Amino acid sequence: MSAAGVLTEPMTMSEYGSEAKMESGAGVVAAFVEQRDGSIRATAHEVVGAAAELARAMGGKVHALAAGGPGLGAECGQLGGRGAEVIRVAEGAELAQYQAERYAHIVAGMVAGGGYQAVLFPASALGADLAPRVAALLDVPLASDATGLEVVDGGLVATRPVYGGKAFARVAFDASPAVVSLRPHVFPPGTRPAAGRVEVFTPAGGAPAGGRAVDFRAASGGSVDVAEAEIVVSGGRGLRGPENWAVIEDVRDALGPTAALGASRAVVDAGWRPHGEQVGQTGKTIAPKLYFALAISGAIQHLAGMRTARTIVAVNKDADAPIFNVADYGIVGDVFEVAPVLAAEIRRLKSQSG
Amino acid sequence: MNVTVCIRRVPDTETRIRVADDGVSIDASGVKYIVSPYDEFAVEAGLQVTEGLGAGQVTVVTVGDAGAAESLKNSLAMGAHRALLLEGEVTMDGLATARALAAELAEADAPLILLGVKAADDDQQQVGPMLATLLGRPCATAVTRLEVRDGDVRCHREVEGGTEVVDLPLPSVVTITKGTYEPRYATLKGIMAARRKPLERRPAQLPPARLRVLALEPPAPRPPGRIVGEGVEAVPELVRLLREEAGAL
Ligand SMILES: Cc1cc2nc3c(=O)[nH]c(=O)nc-3n(C[C@H](O)[C@H](O)[C@H](O)COP(=O)(O)OP(=O)(O)OC[C@H]3O[C@@H](n4cnc5c(N)ncnc54)[C@H](O)[C@@H]3O)c2cc1C
Ligand SMILES: Nc1ncnc2c1ncn2[C@@H]1O[C@H](COP(=O)(O)O)[C@@H](O)[C@H]1O
Repeated sequence: MSAAGVLTEPMTMSEYGSEAKMESGAGVVAAFVEQRDGSIRATAHEVVGAAAELARAMGGKVHALAAGGPGLGAECGQLGGRGAEVIRVAEGAELAQYQAERYAHIVAGMVAGGGYQAVLFPASALGADLAPRVAALLDVPLASDATGLEVVDGGLVATRPVYGGKAFARVAFDASPAVVSLRPHVFPPGTRPAAGRVEVFTPAGGAPAGGRAVDFRAASGGSVDVAEAEIVVSGGRGLRGPENWAVIEDVRDALGPTAALGASRAVVDAGWRPHGEQVGQTGKTIAPKLYFALAISGAIQHLAGMRTARTIVAVNKDADAPIFNVADYGIVGDVFEVAPVLAAEIRRLKSQSG
Repeated sequence: MNVTVCIRRVPDTETRIRVADDGVSIDASGVKYIVSPYDEFAVEAGLQVTEGLGAGQVTVVTVGDAGAAESLKNSLAMGAHRALLLEGEVTMDGLATARALAAELAEADAPLILLGVKAADDDQQQVGPMLATLLGRPCATAVTRLEVRDGDVRCHREVEGGTEVVDLPLPSVVTITKGTYEPRYATLKGIMAARRKPLERRPAQLPPARLRVLALEPPAPRPPGRIVGEGVEAVPELVRLLREEAGAL
């Protein structure tokens, strides 16, 4: 720390105080493992998978890095199946819940000693909070929310959306390690198994004072969050009022537990739906496998949040609605007529295929 | 208590983005600029904090070129008390930006620093927590509402699956997302008053960017979609396509 109280030197291994013995090597890629309540999140399978592809291209291996409560190490064994050679797990009773400052110091410490060429995080809510802090501690830049990774002349190049998805930037790193967070659902879960050796350690105590979580209120309904869902069913102003949301919920329910509700800003600003459901430039940016835009016009700021969805379906009574320019499949029609039939048809299909 | 709000000037979200001839930047001709939307929420939050306490000033700070002074004036017209332009080139390297801000704010009277959760141009979502880390301060991100209390600030955060309440000791750094704060419109009186408010300029202590943009490209065009049909008759075919062609069901 300099006199002015600004962190000027990157964090070093000794500051972190770890006893870790890590073999460094060219092309070794670190992957941060996101867990919640001791369970490995889907993002971890994607991040480890992407790291495995990179490591292959660079002639190295994957080290997965995790922090959490007692028992996390045992959970982490599964990541061998996703391509992790080594899984380093910081375990401690006080680490069960995410704490930004503490986790950042632990992860930065693991990276500082690792000699990694690249470090990957998920661009989930947790990853978006953590990755910039780790990058700052290491004094290296961060490319956030990447949708593509490649190795060019031995160096990492990340592709990331900018201007709300109206352009994509390919960026290179003039610092090492290259730190990148990955947009959830874009990178496939890893499929090439590696040794998966789990190394559990107790991190040294001491991190700067951080915030203290005092309360958590789960969103009503307790269903999957729009940012994490594989399928999102969003409703727009064409629904005419919150009392009509049963129409949207019916489609969501037909699709099953991996589906979540979303909304346009018009709907959120009118107070019909909570802002946690808003998709778009000033809402959540998502890339689900399947996105339904029901009675949503498709304004540019809405597209900013969902245009990287794999498959987009639109139902709108206006054949000229801009949403049809990005939709893979569209139905021109009244949502109040189409949605119930859509829900019924999905249920029929699902019951047939068991 | 004084509040510092870091803002960024970005192209209007309606603007069509065209890649310039250099292939790494946007064609600025005809681009209308605005204060990044989340930063407007942050300015509003800052104003509500000082109004609520009945004390303190809101200072808006930006790292940018001479044109960024316009954005500072927009915030002054909303009600911010003073403005600071740190002159320098804005890049995608958020750590460089955070360093320029940290150099300025480390010793300033800035117990509460507010930022937007993400800038609407580079969408990096990183300057806030980086700045906090450089300053060695606690930080809460994606906050929809905050309450300044005695010695700490209570933050309501939007996280996956719900809302988390976090108490941050002051001094601290908070990034604001959409939720509670509805940016007020600048009144004519506000615009007039802004002209007399202090707007300082000095060079930013900006380290070289280490994130290099190799190319800026338009999004890959989505394969042309199709209108499956009209009304309820089209539903069975839609569902069949979703299963058999898209593999999505
Ligand atoms: C800075 C900024 C940030 C923004 N951020 C966001 C954001 O994050 N997310 C977002 O969504 N928007 C955002 N917006 C707002 C955006 O510009 C649009 O105003 C908004 O997306 C419109 O919502 P909508 O499509 O639900 O409503 P409308 O534009 O009113 O569209 C309603 C649609 O429903 C159709 N319809 C009506 N009745 C029926 C029916 N019975 N059956 C079928 N279709 C029907 C209509 O044809 C129409 O296309 C932002 C705007 C700004 C300026
Ligand atoms: N050039 C800048 N000057 C001042 N603040 C900035 C600048 N760039 C980003 N910020 C702040 O950091 C937030 C997040 O930006 P970003 O990490 O670039 O997405 C913005 O909403 C601003 O509050």
